[in-house]
Amino acid sequence: MTHFFFIFTVALYGCATAAYLVCLLRTSPLLTQWAGRLLATGFAAHLLSTIHLAVKMKYVPLTNMQESLSFFSLAIVGGFIFFERKYKVTSLGSFIIPVALMMLVASSTLHMEARLLPPILQSKWFLFHALLAFASYACFTIAAGVAVVYLIQRYFLKTKHLGALFQKLPSLETMDDISYRCLTFGFPLLTVAIISGSVWSEQAMGSYWIWDRKQTWSLIIWLIYAVLLHGRITIGWRGKRAAILSIIGFIVVLFTFIGMKHSIIW
Amino acid sequence: MNIIVVGLSHKTATVEIREKVAFSPNQIEKPLGELIRLEGIIEGVIVSTCNRVEIYATTRDIAGGIARLKRFMADYHHLACDTLEPHLYSYHAEAAIRHVFRVASSLDSMVVGEPQILGQIKTSYGYAAEFKSSGIILNRFLHKAFSVAKRVRTETKIASSAVSVAFAAVELAKKILGDLSDKTVLLIGAGEMCELAAKHFLNSGAKGVMVTNRTFERAERLAEDFGGEAIQFEALFEHLHRADIVLSSTGAPHCIIGPKDAEDAIKKRRSKPIFFIDIAVPRDIDPKVDKIENAYLFTVDHLQEIVQANLAQRGLEAEKAEEIIDQEIGQFHKWLSTLEVTPTIVALRTRFDEIRRAELDKTIAGWKELPPDAEKRLEALTLAMMNKLLHAPTYVLKQAGQGGRVDLYVDALRQLFELEALQRDDEELELEE
Repeated sequence: MTHFFFIFTVALYGCATAAYLVCLLRTSPLLTQWAGRLLATGFAAHLLSTIHLAVKMKYVPLTNMQESLSFFSLAIVGGFIFFERKYKVTSLGSFIIPVALMMLVASSTLHMEARLLPPILQSKWFLFHALLAFASYACFTIAAGVAVVYLIQRYFLKTKHLGALFQKLPSLETMDDISYRCLTFGFPLLTVAIISGSVWSEQAMGSYWIWDRKQTWSLIIWLIYAVLLHGRITIGWRGKRAAILSIIGFIVVLFTFIGMKHSIIW
Repeated sequence: MNIIVVGLSHKTATVEIREKVAFSPNQIEKPLGELIRLEGIIEGVIVSTCNRVEIYATTRDIAGGIARLKRFMADYHHLACDTLEPHLYSYHAEAAIRHVFRVASSLDSMVVGEPQILGQIKTSYGYAAEFKSSGIILNRFLHKAFSVAKRVRTETKIASSAVSVAFAAVELAKKILGDLSDKTVLLIGAGEMCELAAKHFLNSGAKGVMVTNRTFERAERLAEDFGGEAIQFEALFEHLHRADIVLSSTGAPHCIIGPKDAEDAIKKRRSKPIFFIDIAVPRDIDPKVDKIENAYLFTVDHLQEIVQANLAQRGLEAEKAEEIIDQEIGQFHKWLSTLEVTPTIVALRTRFDEIRRAELDKTIAGWKELPPDAEKRLEALTLAMMNKLLHAPTYVLKQAGQGGRVDLYVDALRQLFELEALQRDDEELELEE
């Protein structure tokens, strides 16, 4: 059953990705509508599949790479749907949804055996920590996707290449706004995730902070976004500089997520 | 029934001629009334804009109808028919349908894709509907034209791009600054283009205008016009940071805004972007300003380029629009041809006969001991009933002969007895304005 939902989700995200990409090349209100519908249906299937897995396994599926990638992708799509509805920025889907699709496909290639959950992962603090961490990661992913589009759009404006793609992409201001929103959501989430993570660490390992690789890199991520947010609020960091830093932040997030296995879990 | 069109437009007549034959919307009742009293003209709509004057009508006699409309146009405005004749075009049948669909879709406009024409036709149709000069055919026809125009608008990009420098500036500003409702425009110097662009910005929702000029009185006067604020030219750089959009067109021989000024202003506004538009020749704003982060400088040449590209784009989109119109003409033509009397009577008879046969067969099949001549008698009975029932409508239809009523009857019959499944997608389309 979970598997069925999963395949269904991958198929729907695939179709939505294709639709969003075609929307970038052609103007078709109907296709735009369908891209949104496909994505929303895919998101619903994804959510059901996740819930189904959670109920079946009696834990929140965030305990290995496969589950985490799937959840990461779910959070990205959820976040994107929110911003698409709020700002009417369909064209950003062409940049963000493929990322979510790739994560989901990567997740499906990893086949992890169902296993007995180690007691340290059954903690409520771990659950809380992981959920918040992925929510913040999703915010940072969207921020980075928007930053890429921002830089493209800025390039078009500076070089005066105002073609069809320029017309399709959102305004600089809108993207700046979305990216700022993402930060103001993502940063507090990350902060609480790190705190709850250290509480869990205390429970599991007997120490709030053990300076393992994961914790160290999480702190680095936190610092990067703290600098970005601070620069933005106090001296008005915007535009190109903010976009580049946001992309760097995302690369570090991805590196931490994929490269730094948790010394406690894995 | 035939649709005919007679008229002239910017393509066939100069403005001097066009204004002579224009119909004033305030007194449109009179010409509309006279129009439908013309011999052979059944329904009529008059469209009169500054670029075109056209009459749409229905008639049974195409050649006569067109001649009468031409004469009407000349006579009504006390012009000699001969002087008007060379400027007039006329269409009938499919060509007439195509023409009106193209006009409504703004394919025949001076600036292809301009949006006003559809509204103008809707208004003209509104008068015709109000004064009852349009009937079943023109009603359906114009509704169809509106839905075609809507399709063209949503399915092609014909009207989505700016084709004037001022509009191009507004579109560009939206791409940089997003929503303009909290944005301020700074006008440096004065000039027609500059003022026009400022007007467009205000119409697009910009919050306010600041005006500066070497002659302060001029700045004050302009500021008053726009409901804005006048600024001393010497104090320009104290206010530059307050502007989101800077429109410059002074006659200064050298640049008045350099990269340093722009950088300072942007720093003061905490990196919020400024959109600089330099309309002046020689330039007012140093090209190096564009190198400053969060400053976007466009000159009149850049804007001109955008306009040219958009115009070319519209040409391509117009081809797509023609295809849409081709499809829709076929549909409408089909409906029009069903409005003929004889085929309708035949269809009605066929429908009645089908029902009669079906019921007759059912009755006979379920009858166990059928008397010998019962079948023949039943046949005769039902046939007589059918003929009696059909007699009156057939008679009335044939007697209605010429005139708007016959179309009404035919259309009603076709609908009431479902004589033909018609495309009615446009039926629901409401007059938006």
